[in-house]
Amino acid sequence: MSDNNQEYKRPQQSQGQRRGPGGFGGTGMMLPPEKAKDFKKTLRRLIGYLRPKQMQLLVVLITAILSTVFSIFSPKLMGRATTKLFEGAFARIQGVPGAAIDFGYINEILLILGGLYLLSALFSYMQQYVMAGVAQSVVFDMREQINSKLERLPLKYFDSRTHGEILSRATNDVDNISTTLQQSLTQLITSVITIIGIIIMMLTISPWLTLITIITLPLSFVAIIGITKRSQTYFVSQQKSLGQLNGHVEEMYTGHRIVKAFGREKESLRDFDRINEQLYDSGWRSQFMSGIIMPLMMFIGNLGYVLVCVVGGIFVTKKMIEVGDIQAFIQYSRQFMMPITQTANIANIIQSTIASAERVFELLDEEEEVAETAAAAAGKTGHPAKGAVEFSHVKFGYKEDAILIEDMNIKVKPGQTIAIVGPTGAGKTTLINLLMRFYELSGGQILIDGVDITDMKRSELRARFGMVLQDTWLFNGTIRDNIAYGREGATEADVVRAAKAAHADHFIRTLPMGYNTVLNEEASNISQGQKQLLTIARAILADPSILILDEATSSVDTRTEVQIQKAMNSLMEGRTSFVIAHRLSTIRDADLILVMNHGTVIEQGSHEELLAQGGFYAELYNSQFSGEELSNAV
Amino acid sequence: MIKLFKQLRPFSLPIAAILLLVFLQSMGDLYLPTLMSDIVDKGIVHQDRALIWRVGGFMLLVAGGGALCSIIASFLSSKVAMGFGRNTRSKVFSHVENFTLTEFDKLGTASLITRTTNDITQVQTVLMMMLRMMVGAPMMMIGGIIMAVSEDAKLSLVFVVVIPVLVLAISYVGLKGLPLFKASQVKLDKLNLVLREHLVGIRVIRSFNRIQHEQKRFSEANRDLTDTAIKVNKIMALLMPMMMFVMNFSMIGILYFGGIRIDSGDLKVGSLMAFIQYAMQIMFSLIMVSMMFVLIPRASASAVRINEVLDMVPEITDPDVKPSLEGQPSGRELHGFVEFRNVSFSYPGAEQPALSDISFSAHPGEVTAIIGGTGSGKSTLLSLIPRFYDAVEGEVLVDGGDVRELTQEELRAKIGYVPQKAVLFTGTVSDNIRYGMKDATDEEVRHAAEVAQALDFVSAMKDGFDSEIAQGGGNVSGGQKQRLSIARALVRKPEIYLFDDSFSALDFKTDAKLRAALKGETTESTVLIVAQRVSTVMDADRIIVLEEGRIVGIGSHSELLASSDVYREIVSSQLSEEEIA
Repeated sequence: MSDNNQEYKRPQQSQGQRRGPGGFGGTGMMLPPEKAKDFKKTLRRLIGYLRPKQMQLLVVLITAILSTVFSIFSPKLMGRATTKLFEGAFARIQGVPGAAIDFGYINEILLILGGLYLLSALFSYMQQYVMAGVAQSVVFDMREQINSKLERLPLKYFDSRTHGEILSRATNDVDNISTTLQQSLTQLITSVITIIGIIIMMLTISPWLTLITIITLPLSFVAIIGITKRSQTYFVSQQKSLGQLNGHVEEMYTGHRIVKAFGREKESLRDFDRINEQLYDSGWRSQFMSGIIMPLMMFIGNLGYVLVCVVGGIFVTKKMIEVGDIQAFIQYSRQFMMPITQTANIANIIQSTIASAERVFELLDEEEEVAETAAAAAGKTGHPAKGAVEFSHVKFGYKEDAILIEDMNIKVKPGQTIAIVGPTGAGKTTLINLLMRFYELSGGQILIDGVDITDMKRSELRARFGMVLQDTWLFNGTIRDNIAYGREGATEADVVRAAKAAHADHFIRTLPMGYNTVLNEEASNISQGQKQLLTIARAILADPSILILDEATSSVDTRTEVQIQKAMNSLMEGRTSFVIAHRLSTIRDADLILVMNHGTVIEQGSHEELLAQGGFYAELYNSQFSGEELSNAV
Repeated sequence: MIKLFKQLRPFSLPIAAILLLVFLQSMGDLYLPTLMSDIVDKGIVHQDRALIWRVGGFMLLVAGGGALCSIIASFLSSKVAMGFGRNTRSKVFSHVENFTLTEFDKLGTASLITRTTNDITQVQTVLMMMLRMMVGAPMMMIGGIIMAVSEDAKLSLVFVVVIPVLVLAISYVGLKGLPLFKASQVKLDKLNLVLREHLVGIRVIRSFNRIQHEQKRFSEANRDLTDTAIKVNKIMALLMPMMMFVMNFSMIGILYFGGIRIDSGDLKVGSLMAFIQYAMQIMFSLIMVSMMFVLIPRASASAVRINEVLDMVPEITDPDVKPSLEGQPSGRELHGFVEFRNVSFSYPGAEQPALSDISFSAHPGEVTAIIGGTGSGKSTLLSLIPRFYDAVEGEVLVDGGDVRELTQEELRAKIGYVPQKAVLFTGTVSDNIRYGMKDATDEEVRHAAEVAQALDFVSAMKDGFDSEIAQGGGNVSGGQKQRLSIARALVRKPEIYLFDDSFSALDFKTDAKLRAALKGETTESTVLIVAQRVSTVMDADRIIVLEEGRIVGIGSHSELLASSDVYREIVSSQLSEEEIA
């Protein structure tokens, strides 16, 4: 019944994968739980989060105990009332003179019962009420910690993981912890107390009957364990088929155009039906297996019920116990089954929670960005930002054992333009990563205006850079906010000025809400080219001394492209610019060309110098306009 | 929801059986307290131990029968629910397979995926629960009330007070809690959004030093979510204690009034004990029923979404009569001749037509290139040939016949299509290439890969052509994907090649090599290339310049340089002066 509560909560587990498909009566245990690598250590650390809430937790514990004890105590009292009733009625049937039901006694008991129930309900409410605050504020802290941790993690961390993976730790795992804290923890407490309490109460009534009731216990354990084991295999294979099916659907729908173009609808349907059939097969088996737990438990419960009735009845006739005791026992044995199923459940839930917590802690324990040096902390801001950049003996590799850049030396004077060329995947982002200190060098140094970037505050370093990349990043907010992102405290006039300089003012004003237009989640309500103009405006507003531009404009129409070109030119004026270049004019006019391939700079020099070298660049340049000649030559 | 459950028709027999079984089982459960009251009222009162044993044995039988019934019911309901899921999934999937891109555009691919997978699973789960729990609950409740009334009608008046109180309590919590619950769901999504934006834009955020700003956004969303979650949980905290309280107090009430009735000789003690148990069962059932109100809205939202898909009629259907191509009177040998006659096309609901009045023809052995800015209608134009969309006005002809008069299968067999966004499927490299032609020999696959400039990197892969491609082609680069999807079209040896901006992810060098190699392959085919790069289209036989859905220039590179302003503008934005000449 208390599953009811969990049912409300369940949709919050967005994936629902860890707790299995939602269901009553313990489907939670159907999927084998994930195991934490170091259960004890993680548990201890998780408990550490609860320590500041000691007082509240104490309240929860006390109220939980009180409410359970009161509710356990009541069937016995109620049994007494029933006994008194029976005695009175029985005496009357026997014709005992003056026999009457002792209503004074019964009413007294009922009054006490009422009080107990009231208190029990009150305490149980208090317990959950307090726990709501505790659980939620613990996960609040946890989320905040994760978020501030993410700020300190180096880019390496993000580049080597999918967004989904990080998101899942920050939301699903934390949510899992929150649900457990909110429900399972108190459930565990009350279940254990209930079981112990009921056994004690039953013992005080009749040790023999207690024995009979407890006999059914191993039976139910055997039933639960046996079924769970078998159904787990089915559940795993159901989960697998479901994964396959989802994969197939995703693939076929995203590739719908191709499936149609190549006339493969029938094959796609055939595969689908095959997987679907598998899913059906493992699905009904696992559902059936989990479905019979309830009837079986009920049967075992009924078994106990019948035994209590029969044996109890006989005991009553032998005057070993009272009628009311049977009633109390019936109530106890009914109350008994639930906490037992629950504890079996909770054990698995706790295991998966600890596994979640471990994943969260793993994230929190990741290595952070290299700390700012003392020089940086001292804040040597005395250097005016001019835009001189120097790479001196730079050595770098994403992995220690795979050095990409061996010994790179470049000198760039303020205001110069550097074109970076090379095939896709040649590692042009590596340069950005190094310049902005998203990654640390393996050797050598990068100097900006004569200062080693490791001696600058990261914020100060990055403030000198402006980026206009191809994967324009805009957030869910108004156009004004997106442009103003470039500089904190930018005024309305600043924003408009920047938009004008970026040739974006006009199109913004043609939008129905102008600067107040809210970009939707994927920013699909404006075109790719317009997005690029916005990012240029943002960079203009930021007014950096060094620029990193990505010229690729493959998905932009000609008109917008011309505008982007103009905007970029005005942006580049008087600033040092690193341009990931695709346009020959840009490349040729550049002061320095860096030719990249396989992650490293293989040639550098001016256009003429490089052509004269007759190397990779020359080949690249020539190939662009005379494909045939080239293929003849190859 | 109800509409969707019409799919249950083939299962009507098992469902009837389930209802019967659940009914039997409920009756069994209800019968047990009656038997128990016999033990008390007859066995104990009259000290009749034999009767106690006898009744006990009978109770065991009833309990066993009940368990058996519910196990069989569970077996049947698993089969019904999963079978329903399977049938619905299959129906939706095969229906979607017939969709054209118009329907895909309308609902969105992501949404279609969720509808086929999660939504159906959702409905299936709820159906399962309904069959297993919900059908039993009302029976139990009604049965319980009947039994209680038959034990003592007057005492049953307690229910008249208690049931409304319980209903009120549950609905109070439900009404207050559920909206908050939905709100917290929305807030969780919001938190996810903030975090996702942060991850996607991490470089920009760091470079603009806006970390604190992002921190604040996150904290706000976090605080907001936490506050709502606390509120929800505090309200939900009421539910259990309240229900227990009502139930327990009704026990006290029953005992109190029952005592009076026993005193007056209207009721026996055993009956009173049975009565208490009926009361328990009635109230538990009531709680079960109330759960339906939580589950059903969720499932019906899913059901509506599924129905939307099933109700959608594919815009393009095959012609009823199939005029086969052979029947077509064709004077000349026509193989891959494509002609557009005054074709116009608008996307549904669009204000402006995407294409207007397009006329041109492309002959076998020729390369026709289409160039223009984004939104100029290049890809749309290409999509009309394999009938991803149908022209609104005018006609598209292939080999002299209107494409609408051919079956989609027949038409598409002539076409080798390479999409803008390369899509690969799970399977090996050669599986993917063979997707173009099922029975292509290894040699043909290899050759296609070679022409598509894919041989080098495929050979460099661990298992060569047998290397596995991960879902969505995650383990190959964009350029490699594009080359494989070109190979897939090549192996088909089609009459018509459609390249929809298919060279964009290739570097200039590979692009040039590929085009050179293609020439030898496509001598007898009609080739249509959509491109952004001037260098890609420069040496085509015919270049069509599109702007805002209209043809603004048609001719060779040098002709267009002389005649078309738009073309010149495109060229000058990409090449510098001397290269143009």
